[in-house]
Amino acid sequence: MTSGRPALVDMTGIDKRFGSTVALSSVDLSISAGQCLGLVGRNGAGKSTIVSILSGLEAPDAGTVRFDGQPAPRVGDVGRWREWIATVFQHSMVVPGLTVAENVFLGGTERFVSWREMRARTRDVMRDWGYDIRAEALCRDLTVEQLQIVEIARALARGARCVLLDEPTAALEREAVRRLFARVRQLTSGGVAVLYISHHLEEVFEICDDVSVLKDGELVLTAPVAGLRKEDLIAAMVGSGTGVTKTTASTNGGPADRRANGHAEPVLSVENLTATSARGRLAGVSLQVGPGEIVGVTGLLSAGVATMGRAIAGAEGHDGGQIRLHGKVIPAGRRAAAQHAGIGYIPEDRRAEGFVAHLGVAENATMTITDKLADRLGLLRPARRAAAAAPVTAALSLVSSGPGQPVSELSGGNQQKVTVARTLAHDPGLIVAITPTRGVDVASKALLLDALAATARRRGAGVLLCTDELSDLVICDRVIVLVRGEVFTEFTDPPFDRDQLIVATEGLTSTASGSAEEAAQ
Amino acid sequence: MISNQAPDGPAGTVTTGAGGAVLARGGGLAARVRDMNIGVLREVALLPVLVLLIVIGAVVSPVFLTVTNIAGIGQQISALGVVVVGESLILMIGGMDLSLESTFGLAPMVAAWLILPVSAFGSGAQISPYLGLLVLLAVGAAIGLINGVLIVKGRLNGFIVTLGMTIVLAGLQNGIVKAQTLFNLPKAFGYLGSAYFGQVPVSFVVTAIIFALVGLFLRYHRTGRAIYAVGGNPAAARAAGIKVERIKIGVYVAGSMLAALGGLMEAGRVSAVTGQQGYGEGIIFSVFAAAVIGGVSLRGGRGNMIGAASGVILLGFVQNILDLANVSSYWIEAIDGAVILFALFMARIVGGESTAEEK
Repeated sequence: MTSGRPALVDMTGIDKRFGSTVALSSVDLSISAGQCLGLVGRNGAGKSTIVSILSGLEAPDAGTVRFDGQPAPRVGDVGRWREWIATVFQHSMVVPGLTVAENVFLGGTERFVSWREMRARTRDVMRDWGYDIRAEALCRDLTVEQLQIVEIARALARGARCVLLDEPTAALEREAVRRLFARVRQLTSGGVAVLYISHHLEEVFEICDDVSVLKDGELVLTAPVAGLRKEDLIAAMVGSGTGVTKTTASTNGGPADRRANGHAEPVLSVENLTATSARGRLAGVSLQVGPGEIVGVTGLLSAGVATMGRAIAGAEGHDGGQIRLHGKVIPAGRRAAAQHAGIGYIPEDRRAEGFVAHLGVAENATMTITDKLADRLGLLRPARRAAAAAPVTAALSLVSSGPGQPVSELSGGNQQKVTVARTLAHDPGLIVAITPTRGVDVASKALLLDALAATARRRGAGVLLCTDELSDLVICDRVIVLVRGEVFTEFTDPPFDRDQLIVATEGLTSTASGSAEEAAQ
Repeated sequence: MISNQAPDGPAGTVTTGAGGAVLARGGGLAARVRDMNIGVLREVALLPVLVLLIVIGAVVSPVFLTVTNIAGIGQQISALGVVVVGESLILMIGGMDLSLESTFGLAPMVAAWLILPVSAFGSGAQISPYLGLLVLLAVGAAIGLINGVLIVKGRLNGFIVTLGMTIVLAGLQNGIVKAQTLFNLPKAFGYLGSAYFGQVPVSFVVTAIIFALVGLFLRYHRTGRAIYAVGGNPAAARAAGIKVERIKIGVYVAGSMLAALGGLMEAGRVSAVTGQQGYGEGIIFSVFAAAVIGGVSLRGGRGNMIGAASGVILLGFVQNILDLANVSSYWIEAIDGAVILFALFMARIVGGESTAEEK
């Protein structure tokens, strides 16, 4: 602790398991009035579990939570819990069809609603904290930033003295982030305790007094930000020694050989692509993919990685810039046209976009090539369909009871193979694969990555691998890192160093080993 | 590999005897038998109910199983059947169209109005009956196009769009002839609904052919398969390069054209176009009932023409048996509705999980 102030929130000896997974192990964490504590850690380090426990949504297996020295209310009694601590979640918890005042008092414990008082108290909170939002405004008319203010106001109106901000800048533009920081400083100077959870380390350095680092469910560091270097923080997050693993490049065909024919006409050429999307916006991205080249794109959740993949595949529109395949301009947001031009698409969420669940394996795998399989009358013979699907599904070792088996009956890994088979079947010149190995077992994962690599090597297809799964990047010749919708840096020399990739996705240029800048050049 | 030999794959359904050895072509064969089983089971889900109805019909009245009566049923259900084909297609892409019943009345009304002289409450344009048939189909296509564009391009709620359309079209149907009934239809116009091949009504033959062609189209044509894909998962269909919007609008157009054709059959059968035809009779309930009893999912992606046809036949049997049994007209609707609920229940039992609504 930076001061002798009493702790407003005090977690001691918190343990939490989910099945056999240890989410948190003896975590001690306390925040005092007027303090802004940063909480950082990689995906899966246990940040979300801390948020759930501190929000009263989940009970710890062991340990206690105290507010201002008193035991916390019963878990699940969210109304009482909110009088102590309020969470502003990453995804807006505001009801769009209701007014600001109604949202501020949503889930309140009063039995009867006094509209007049509700509006008056909302106006008081807004005035006291200098927020410029009308109590009568409908929330669906507000911007993302204003919605966040409504959620902060909701916390303050309850009298909560602690506010938990979970990735508050994920959906905000730079200017809005600056204003948010001003509001956070205002809160802390007003005696409110703030727990600030973020993937962006530079934000932690800017706004927090102290920082705690979670790694694999354990709190490995808590220190004042003032005396800390970024390198120390990263070292703590990634873990030194045993935590560092270097990825090894796939050995079939060295990347150097392929870059030798780098003078060849690029398969894909993207210029200054901009897009707004719920998946993260793009602020002018340019890149090229050569024949037979596998280019990885990675970044944090909201960095625009998936948006870029979807825009290039035509699954989503874009606002500006140009996408060319073999020199020909691809129209924005028209998936069928993009596929016809030769862009294959392995979508992010296979259940939503990857297959039609009750149709058979062969039918799904050949859905992209019905024009080629049909005769002159447009008729498709099931036998022909099965024959066309067989080589692709066999190459992916897809296990099913037959070509007619509904895809809904397959395992997750085999379902993903159907999605990949569907893409490979139409022999695309470019494959856009978005998180193709998510939720897939280790063996299938290797198979899927090999299949993508083989398609690039043998057929000369370009592959754009958009993923936040760093281990998938082993098959890549180059890796582009996006930060906030812009190309931050590019790694051109496999094997890629995992730590350097992590540092780059955070938007930082210096590392513990100081080699990211070299790689970026 | 597509094979049932893989240890962790789901077991195939055909293996050879005690040795437990799997035939070399076991996977393919097993799959084929299995496909057939699922298909046949689902498609004949209503067969027990139909058999039961035939037995009841025969017991109720000796007339039931006569050729004349069966032919009569055939003629009665033909017009409904064609509309059910149209509605089933629309349901399969995950849409719905309430206005088919109004199209069923308006399209023949417009055509007959253009054909007949002023003295018979026509417009006096007195176009050729053959041109009138083209007008009939064009009216259907236009209505379907408007519905499709509003729903698909305008992204409006299909239920409300077609509900509004139902009332607009029914109003037009009465409005253009000031609520008169049009008689004295020319022979060419009434032929489809009234003529017989020997003992067999022409409308029945045409409807049977439409069911068969649409069934084959859905099963074997790439656009037919795309209809299943679009209805089953529009996002996945789109990601696979299928032009989802075009298919959907096309199906709305086809559905309305079929409704117009059904209306032509009905007009021929009763030798007139009344202001009541379609909306006034409330046929849309029977249309939805036949499709859903026949296993067409209201949520899209599932259903076939054998099921839809058996749903239509079932409704025809029920209506006919109630008529033959001289059930008091006060009670006929209650019994009609109860039988439909019973049939739906039976179809759910026999059809298994694939006919269940989601939890």
